[in-house]
Amino acid sequence: MLTVGSLSRAELEARLSGAGLVLRTGPFANRIRSDVQPLIDGVALMYADYPVDPEGGFVDFHLDFLRSGGLRRWVRSQVHFAYDGTTPFQPLPLGQAYPMLEWTMNWCVSHRAHGYLIIHAAVLEKHGRAIILPAPPGSGKSTLTAALLGHGWRLLSDEMTLVHLDDAVLVPLPRPVSLKNTSIDIIRAFRPDAVLSRPVEETTKGTIAHLKAPRDSIARAAEPARPACIVFPRWEAGAAIALDPMPKARAFMQVADNSFNYQVLGARGFAALGRLIDASDAYTFRYSNLHEAMALFERLAQGAA
Amino acid sequence: MMRLPLLVRVLRDPAAVRGLDGVGWDLLLRQADAANLDAFLLVLLEDAGLLDAVPAGPRAHLEWTRTGAAGHARAARYEVRQIRKALDGLDVPLILLKGAAYALAGLDAGRGRLFSDIDILVPKARLAEVEAALMMHGWITTHHDEYDQRYYRQWMHELPPMQHARRGNSIDVHHAILPETARVRPDPDSLRACARPIAAEPGLATLAPADMVLHSAVHLFFDGEFDKGLRDLVDLHRLLGEFGAQPGFWDALPARARELQLGRPLFYALRYCPRLLGTVVPPAVRAAVALDGPRGPLLWLMDRLFERALLPLHPSCADAFNGPARFALYVRGNWLRMPPLLLAQHLFHKAFITKHNESQAA
Repeated sequence: MLTVGSLSRAELEARLSGAGLVLRTGPFANRIRSDVQPLIDGVALMYADYPVDPEGGFVDFHLDFLRSGGLRRWVRSQVHFAYDGTTPFQPLPLGQAYPMLEWTMNWCVSHRAHGYLIIHAAVLEKHGRAIILPAPPGSGKSTLTAALLGHGWRLLSDEMTLVHLDDAVLVPLPRPVSLKNTSIDIIRAFRPDAVLSRPVEETTKGTIAHLKAPRDSIARAAEPARPACIVFPRWEAGAAIALDPMPKARAFMQVADNSFNYQVLGARGFAALGRLIDASDAYTFRYSNLHEAMALFERLAQGAA
Repeated sequence: MMRLPLLVRVLRDPAAVRGLDGVGWDLLLRQADAANLDAFLLVLLEDAGLLDAVPAGPRAHLEWTRTGAAGHARAARYEVRQIRKALDGLDVPLILLKGAAYALAGLDAGRGRLFSDIDILVPKARLAEVEAALMMHGWITTHHDEYDQRYYRQWMHELPPMQHARRGNSIDVHHAILPETARVRPDPDSLRACARPIAAEPGLATLAPADMVLHSAVHLFFDGEFDKGLRDLVDLHRLLGEFGAQPGFWDALPARARELQLGRPLFYALRYCPRLLGTVVPPAVRAAVALDGPRGPLLWLMDRLFERALLPLHPSCADAFNGPARFALYVRGNWLRMPPLLLAQHLFHKAFITKHNESQAA
């Protein structure tokens, strides 16, 4: 199987500037074209272990990232995103090209892939038990995810939990984990082995760096997982660790609120979410210490709260 | 004529999808997406019994589209009923236009037809009451610039678009189908007088079949923007297909067009629907509108312009003349909306004063 890492830098650049690199992420094929060096750097580092689909097949998403022309090519150069010829977003400074790739790949899925109930949540699996971590930004979801990936958990997704509409299994979409601001140094200290992309400052979300997804998680991207728990995390300085059961009706409403397409799916979304909640124990989780959190999640993986 | 894009060939004959490979399906779905016809493509393939022959990748996309379109239709119906509720008690006849009309009246043209704004037609004398009632129910105006407000209220055929503060859906309240400043002025009283109630939706009405076709035609062929040109042409194709089977429709259409001063847009509709989509128009009807069209070199030019602008707005459908054709039609569209002096003043204001104000505010 051809992977991004098996292409030389020249071959990678040739594909990206030519017909496009067809990158396989979970169930989706993304055709990416770009002449922007920071983006190519990010792809080469973060996606080295990902399969490259052969040319000439059907592609799910078509993403172009091109550098400004004219004077802008030289002064305060920007990266312009186009989705198959349309430009849904404003250009960003050239240095933000790689985070822009991640954001727009998320956008493609959340706006189009209505074959799944898509929840704004991280999802990880260990011993056959998947744990969903829905959370608004700032709750420490990605920090917790990045830490757990160093403790034998498999990454299904850091950003979007894909719930199959017919049988409520969770479909993996393993991609790099987005770390913001202080989380970057916390994870560097907690996991010295972690591979991080070059931090990008002054984005709308502050400083951003991405953590490379584990090779094993990428290799098992075609292997769905069964939901076991839904855990709403909250990091709080100095707080004692606490895992409290949450009533299922409230969990249902909160997951619906954290879903990208619950409204669009109508009755099918209601049924799929109902099956997911039925199959899962729901908790709120408060923590301040990552080591304690790792031990508690290990118990959840063993099936005991 | 140039070789037709894949999407147009499939619209003419759905069986053209047989034998498409991965790249072919990829191109077809991208063109349909760019033309806002992806949900219609699904309807077309399903009606032709071809859906099960679609390979897994594109089939998944078509199913995503089915779900997205169903969600959209549900939300739109809800929104229309909220509007009816808001206007309840005013005793204003509520006439739906375009996409909302096709969907709520259960017309063939409404299947797989998405619409983001809801367009309604009310009497000009009742505009103030309608606007006040909508505001009481949460719709607010979207154009806060004084010039824009005056532009709509003094010169246009509609209020500045209103948006619901919580649900975000937009409504365009029309009192006519062309601007007050346009060269032709179809009589709104006559349009309203001929409106037909929707049997299954008490309190709602649509324009009469001929008027629906004429409104669709004027909307497409007198406007300056053609980014959804092919979608609008498909509307016309489907309206003509459904109404054309009703007795008396074809005979009355040319006369009604002339009565409303809309002979020219009808001529274009009956020229380009058959040319691009293979719509069947009785020869007698085409002969009856022939005199309403341009002749000689002008017709030659309009063919070149429209047959580019009506293709999907997708890189794979553009030749070197596509940009200039769209620009020429944009200028023409504005020309038809306003007399030259007013147009010059308007464009000057938009280009310099609005820009200046926006940069001050930023």
